[in-house]
Amino acid sequence: MKLKKLLATALAVTMTMSLTACGNSATTADTAGETQDSTAKAEDAGEKTKISITFRDDGSTVLKDWFQNAYDTYPDKDKIDVEISPITASEGDYFAKIALALQSEDTAPDIVCEDTFQLASDVAAGYLADLSPYLKDYTEWNDGTYYGALVDGVTYDDGSVYGVPYCTDTRGLWYNKEVFEAAGLDTEWQPKTWQDVIDTCAVIKEKCPDVVPFWCNSGVATGEATSMQTYEMLLYGTGEQLLDENDKWIVSSENILKSLNFVNTIYSQGYGPSLSKVLNGEAGNTSSREYLPAGKLAISLDGYWITGNYKDTGAAPWPEYEEKLGIAAMPTTEGQDPGSVTMSGGWALSIPELSDQKDAAFDFLKYCMSYDVYKNAIIAQGNIATRTDISSDETYSSQPFMEKCTSFLDGAFYRPRNSQYSTVTTHIQTMVESVVSGTTPEDAMAQYKADVTNSVGEENIVEK
Amino acid sequence: MQQLKASGTPFLYPKKEENMNKKQNEVYVEAKKSVLLVPAIILLIVFFVTPIILTVYYSFTNLALSGENAKQLKFIGFSNYISMFKDRTVRISIVNTLIFLLGSLIGQQVLGFAIALLMKNKNKVFRGIIGPIFLAGWIMPEVVVALCCSTFFGDEGTLNQIFAFLHLPNVEFLYAIPMVTVILANVWHGTAFSMMNFQSALDGVPSDIEEAARVDGANRFQTMIRIILPCIKNTIATNTMLNTLSTLGVFGLIYMMTGGGPGTSTLTLPIFMYRQAFVSQQLGYGTAISMLLLVIGIILSVFYTRIMKNN
Repeated sequence: MKLKKLLATALAVTMTMSLTACGNSATTADTAGETQDSTAKAEDAGEKTKISITFRDDGSTVLKDWFQNAYDTYPDKDKIDVEISPITASEGDYFAKIALALQSEDTAPDIVCEDTFQLASDVAAGYLADLSPYLKDYTEWNDGTYYGALVDGVTYDDGSVYGVPYCTDTRGLWYNKEVFEAAGLDTEWQPKTWQDVIDTCAVIKEKCPDVVPFWCNSGVATGEATSMQTYEMLLYGTGEQLLDENDKWIVSSENILKSLNFVNTIYSQGYGPSLSKVLNGEAGNTSSREYLPAGKLAISLDGYWITGNYKDTGAAPWPEYEEKLGIAAMPTTEGQDPGSVTMSGGWALSIPELSDQKDAAFDFLKYCMSYDVYKNAIIAQGNIATRTDISSDETYSSQPFMEKCTSFLDGAFYRPRNSQYSTVTTHIQTMVESVVSGTTPEDAMAQYKADVTNSVGEENIVEK
Repeated sequence: MQQLKASGTPFLYPKKEENMNKKQNEVYVEAKKSVLLVPAIILLIVFFVTPIILTVYYSFTNLALSGENAKQLKFIGFSNYISMFKDRTVRISIVNTLIFLLGSLIGQQVLGFAIALLMKNKNKVFRGIIGPIFLAGWIMPEVVVALCCSTFFGDEGTLNQIFAFLHLPNVEFLYAIPMVTVILANVWHGTAFSMMNFQSALDGVPSDIEEAARVDGANRFQTMIRIILPCIKNTIATNTMLNTLSTLGVFGLIYMMTGGGPGTSTLTLPIFMYRQAFVSQQLGYGTAISMLLLVIGIILSVFYTRIMKNN
């Protein structure tokens, strides 16, 4: 009897565990899989060295085309095989999948696209290989062909380098001139203060009630875009940054409140899009590929890369975008010096520590970054090139808005190169989404404070 | 006496041997049974017990997906648990989990019971057609259910189309009443399971007792409360326990429909655990939260088992 009872209890506990464990395993099942394999295999693999490239498939084919075109003209094609294996995932999931893949020799790719904000964290984890021995013999790296600020961005104190930056960007206020015209506004628009932006929204809402006046990424699902394109563009415009001068995270301040209040005003006054459109992972594409070209959106706070969509090769070709779209610099809070603000980020090509073909990988990486191959790719991406010599190219520099957006780079802010940033940024996203869905800015900031303190520890935070 | 004893022995001896043989035989049979169980036990240990033990262990470490902590796995004692109790989002998610659980339980049980009751004593053809329709929601994978429900409750979804036809205002279900919406989706998904359980229980209620009650003058309502419900109370308890455990672990449905948002309004423990582990990249903290989920599951099952016993 006793034994039976014992057995029954054991079984009951096992059952409970199994059912809760089922729930847990579902999470892994959801994140795993989905990896698309499109192989750029030459006919006969033979004794060739095989390298694989991993990047995020966001629905456009520009990155895939870049690597494919590079391989098609690659001189060492008969020695090296390149496997193009994009990851189809939301931005946040991409970083998680990459982090998992980089932990094992069996899954680590040979070249990986890293967002420069995630770089610091992955370097700290020891996932990425130091490229400085390879870069020593890479002429263009050492002769100033790459923008100094970007080279500094990937160079660590001991001189080690963990990625070759392949694009950079700036952000600003994109606006549809047709909507502005219909609302009776000047089509050459440059707001001086945040209030100017809000006033313009008010006019648009009144004159064109069917148009969404203002769109900024605001949800957890849009990941880093919410942190960088929205919150940090606002926060750095107040004069404050994420970290103070002692590298402590500022978790509570007047300026955080100011930034959140701006977001709150946009949504509480009805200037923003409906929550169902803005709080899902597709929000960035909805605004840039659908709403802005169709004249359903007046102003979009977004990055230069959105113009890549409008080219013939893009995801949403818009032949007249040069005339119908305008770009204004994002003003500082009250128009205080320097008058406007932009954040700048970008992506880099890195080689995982566990890659077993580092030499071949670096050789192909170099070829991808060679003038002709890279020029076509960066134009297709609609992003700002990291090589200075590209800017003298006619096709590149004559792209609409290129000059203005590149000029924003002077005085651009970069995200903190801190390995905790990739965790803190997720708390920023939660904070912004809370405000958008009705939490008061004060409560959202209190939540942010609690979350950040929990993640980085009491000793790394400060209140202003 | 002596003689008796002496004469008795030859008779007793073979009996003893028989006993011994019987015992040996039993041991042999038991051993054979155990050997047959070995593969199952090995599978359970490798794929089930080990991960659970590892999860318990990781919840006491600083395990991270990326960053310095990913490099040096350290035992950090109860730190994760201490920060968990300080974390207000944990409290929000516990409350959300309980609301989701309670809503789903009531919905699934009441609806499942009602459908089973209505289908009782109906003809076979009717049951054969209606039953599978309800089952459709249950046999569908969670992902498909989430997709169906998202399109049904969406901004331009079926329900809003119906509303528009009836000249009712458009409702953003997933944003205005997110918790109700995910509960409804989960109820739709899980009702069939309860219905099946109740159906078999109701079929087991002897019809003569019901008839006797009716002869004694009990109306339908009284029959149900006094006769049917007490007869199937064990099914109710088992069903509640099974539903509780499966509902506690619901992840895909909520993740796909609302992602835990807007804000924290549908942030249940599994979603919060996922966010901490894979989005904020703090695996150690995430596993600590999963332990909390496990503890809640165990508490609730013990609670149900007690109630069953007392009855």
